[in-house]
Amino acid sequence: MMPSPQLAIFKGEFVWMQTVIFPGRYDSLAKIAELVQKASQEFGLDPLAAYGVETAVDEACSNIIEHAYGGEGKGEIEFNYRIEGESLIIKLQDTGKGFNPRKVPKPKINVPLKQRQENGLGLYFMHQWMDEINYETTGKTNVLTLIKRKG
Amino acid sequence: MEIQHNQLKRCDVINIKGRIDSATAPKFAEVANDIVEAGRFRIVFDMDGVDFISSAGLRVLIGTQKICKRYNRGEVVLANVPATIMASLELAGFTPLFKIFNDAVAAVGNF
Repeated sequence: MMPSPQLAIFKGEFVWMQTVIFPGRYDSLAKIAELVQKASQEFGLDPLAAYGVETAVDEACSNIIEHAYGGEGKGEIEFNYRIEGESLIIKLQDTGKGFNPRKVPKPKINVPLKQRQENGLGLYFMHQWMDEINYETTGKTNVLTLIKRKG
Repeated sequence: MEIQHNQLKRCDVINIKGRIDSATAPKFAEVANDIVEAGRFRIVFDMDGVDFISSAGLRVLIGTQKICKRYNRGEVVLANVPATIMASLELAGFTPLFKIFNDAVAAVGNF
């Protein structure tokens, strides 16, 4: 059973917020997806937008396991979401290796099959499906914030 | 994720139920690899039961398509693609790279 969201005060306002810590393993992805679906539903997203948020979070968490930790079972993923007015804000924290999102090349989308690269879609999906993405490293913690707005 | 593979006379049909993510994509890759390694390159991927596909699953699709289309010996075609997944395929630029059929019967009939 997943814990329920809590009413919390954030920047002087009451917001619904929930934090859950998952082991950095690929089998956590389905459990994280359940939580994301619940958050999108509470926030009132339509099925397509909700699918997009699920994709962005899945790609972000897969990247944390594969690139930040360099494999499964090396660390944890702290998942937090809050609904603040017209924004759904999802925060993912890890203590693995940081990265510079600006240095990740954009995938070439409109090229013939033979030239098509098999990697690089993850970050691209995050940018396409979310309204805002922020990445920062504070001390040993990497924080990725994914924001979806209504409308 | 549940995966089913049916070998027909003219092609192979893969049917998946559930999520294709980094946890389950390796199983999908294994089934697709087994088919091409058996020298069979005409594959229908029936996505009727697929709830979700991440870039890990899309990598398997594109990798398998590259192998199948080599020497014009076959191709991977898609059937029963849910609307959400279709949006993802469009974003990824995959829709020009795969024939997409409304149902599995039409997809099998393509071969």
